[in-house]
Amino acid sequence: MDFKSAVLGRYNARIYKSRKDHILEVKAGEDQKIAANTRAVPGLMTNRGCCYAGCKGVVVGPLKDTCVITHGPIGCGFYSWGTRRNKARPDADGNNYIQYCFSTDMQEPDIVFGGEKKLKKAIDEIMAIFKPKRIMICSTCPVGLIGDDIHAVANQVEKDYGVTCVAFSCEGYKGVSQSAGHHIANNGLMRRVIGTDDSGSLGQHTINLLGEYNIGGDGWETERLLRAIGYQVVAVFTGDGSVADIARSHRADINLVQCHRSINYVAEMMKTAFGINWLKVNFIGLKAIAQSLRDLATFFGDPVLIERTEEVIAEELAAVTPDVEYYRSRLSGRTAALFVGGSRSHHYQDLLADFGVETVLAGYEFAHRDDYEGREVIPDIKEDADSKNIENLVVEPDRRYRAFLTPERYQELKETIGLEEYAGLIRGMANGGWVVDDLNHFETEEMIRLLKPDVFFSGVKDKYVAQKAGVVCRQLHSYDYSGPYSGYRGAVNFGRDVTMGLFAPAWKLVTPPWLEAKNA
Amino acid sequence: MRQVAIYGKGGIGKSTTTQNLNAGLGEMGKKIMIVGCDPKADSTRLILGGLAQETVLDTLREEGDDIDLDQVLKEGVFHIRCVESGGPEPGVGCAGRGIITSITLLERLGAYTEDLDYVFYDVLGDVVCGGFAMPIREGKAREIYIVCSGEMMALYAANNISKGIRKYANTGGVRLGGLICNSRNVDGEADLVSAVAKEMGTQMIHFVPRDNMVQRAEINKKTVIQYDPNCDQANQYRVLAKKIDENDMFVIPSPLTQDRLETLLMEHGLVA
Repeated sequence: MDFKSAVLGRYNARIYKSRKDHILEVKAGEDQKIAANTRAVPGLMTNRGCCYAGCKGVVVGPLKDTCVITHGPIGCGFYSWGTRRNKARPDADGNNYIQYCFSTDMQEPDIVFGGEKKLKKAIDEIMAIFKPKRIMICSTCPVGLIGDDIHAVANQVEKDYGVTCVAFSCEGYKGVSQSAGHHIANNGLMRRVIGTDDSGSLGQHTINLLGEYNIGGDGWETERLLRAIGYQVVAVFTGDGSVADIARSHRADINLVQCHRSINYVAEMMKTAFGINWLKVNFIGLKAIAQSLRDLATFFGDPVLIERTEEVIAEELAAVTPDVEYYRSRLSGRTAALFVGGSRSHHYQDLLADFGVETVLAGYEFAHRDDYEGREVIPDIKEDADSKNIENLVVEPDRRYRAFLTPERYQELKETIGLEEYAGLIRGMANGGWVVDDLNHFETEEMIRLLKPDVFFSGVKDKYVAQKAGVVCRQLHSYDYSGPYSGYRGAVNFGRDVTMGLFAPAWKLVTPPWLEAKNA
Repeated sequence: MRQVAIYGKGGIGKSTTTQNLNAGLGEMGKKIMIVGCDPKADSTRLILGGLAQETVLDTLREEGDDIDLDQVLKEGVFHIRCVESGGPEPGVGCAGRGIITSITLLERLGAYTEDLDYVFYDVLGDVVCGGFAMPIREGKAREIYIVCSGEMMALYAANNISKGIRKYANTGGVRLGGLICNSRNVDGEADLVSAVAKEMGTQMIHFVPRDNMVQRAEINKKTVIQYDPNCDQANQYRVLAKKIDENDMFVIPSPLTQDRLETLLMEHGLVA
């Protein structure tokens, strides 16, 4: 029995109906349709996060020059504190607030009588102690229920202190997953931050790096490559990023989109408002990096950049080839399953292929259909009540709109380098592979039993489901305290970590109690 | 101890009726506690002679956890004990959560003593959210009276409240004791309210006529029985008190459809 039938066969009629379109077997050459971004069924033990997690945890949290305060009971702030491993160095003023957790710690009387005063008081304290230039407020569920006007508080803070204060109504219950929070964060950045600083000059070959959260230092490794070629990185959204940089990002020549799910809204809005083209890139995997760098050089069309790109690729590749070859010799022929968020389940297939590892299953927690099927399906995606509940910010061309390319060159690049295109995860997979949206605990167990991957790449919520079944799990949200995995050097780190996991003798040393009893 | 909740459309006279009927019960020698469940904290004004009452929630906010019962519980006429739950100013916070917090706190403080014959909950307006249903949930009020008049919107609210009662009837065991008609002098009022009550499966327990005496007593911060013990209106509240004390008709209501409610209004409310 195949994986899909085995899983669905165990569900009752209602769950069967809900899950059947979220699972598909890849048929190469066919346009396949998958259900995504729909409500998780209670009881299925989904791995998804909430809207607040997407806004505060993913997009806003990494901004180092900003004090992000969680307005709500203490749990939301505490459990989203320092868990994402998005590293940051202090900004030009020597500030770095990401190691802090700010929360209003709402108590019962604050729920009954409203929490606005407490929020204002907490920000007064932040101003007194830290004197930041930027503050962001993230709402949790009870704030939405009692209707605290956090936007009015943010306005008051701006008046009182002359700082930037942005409020996000990212109550956890909004939408079907953390995806709603990404969208809300994108809207807030677009409305209040992007395009607010026109001072100074940026130089030549300027780029923004979107959807790079600098987990384990990924962004630093990617930036090192880009700078070596001669690009100026204006702003990173948002790993090791700052509001100060993002305020100037509207003047860059191009937006590179690493994570297609969490920050694509900003890419699209900046295209409309400021004329900035965007390019989907992947700095995970040797061939993918080279392709991304070459596409970028083609975009600028500068012979010096093109030549330098080839030099950097050759140098970097040469430096890591012996290590990569060694790890490839240990890993080749193995199989893997990937279940992460954003675009990682697609990106890491490229890196695994570099090591000769085949991906037998891949899926996303919170992706939309375009992340699986490619962007051409966007007009066909039916808006449901849940997605309509999330604000869709519509922007107009700004007075500073600037087209970098001629219309002819734009059309040409759309075809040659896939400018502003994304083909999605499914097309990147081999015939017979499985794609599962919103994989749950039961399906994870069945997947391990039936598809027998050698290694499962996921997050902390299902790490131990895999490990209890005796399968190595490497976390691709946090890299299990390792990384970076991006760039050429990151590929070596990844090969080393996976080899270490697979060849660790730990799996043979432990006999579980039920086998002990049988052996006795 | 009988725990009774009074619901009804906003402005229909819940607090006035509750206090006047409690004066009637108090006169009979019953031991009573009134718990005001309205952020305006005006449910005990007549019993206390206008005495400003420190609310449970204000005290909780100001004193933290260290609260004594006598800070929030005051005794008024006929030794009726009065508590005001209180709540946030209009437009902020969550008044419903406030009621839940307040009642839980009253239980912890030992306000529900063995000697009480009655605890009355005077609840704000419609049952808009879970918090306002707190008095009829598990272990709290077992019987409910809905104050209404012969006006359409008052009956519509009464019908809506009966839906809430039906919901909690199965889980919490609460029952509807009847509709109290607080007359607005509209056409065919007593017939209409009786007919609606009958279709709901309950009774119009009493028809309280409209009388300016109520207004006069209120201005003087008194219940009618204190203000003019011998007037007709005082007797009406005594009758209501006696009917409630002797009531044995407690039902799970069957709410009417909107169409049926409007039909009844056409039948009884229009005098040719």
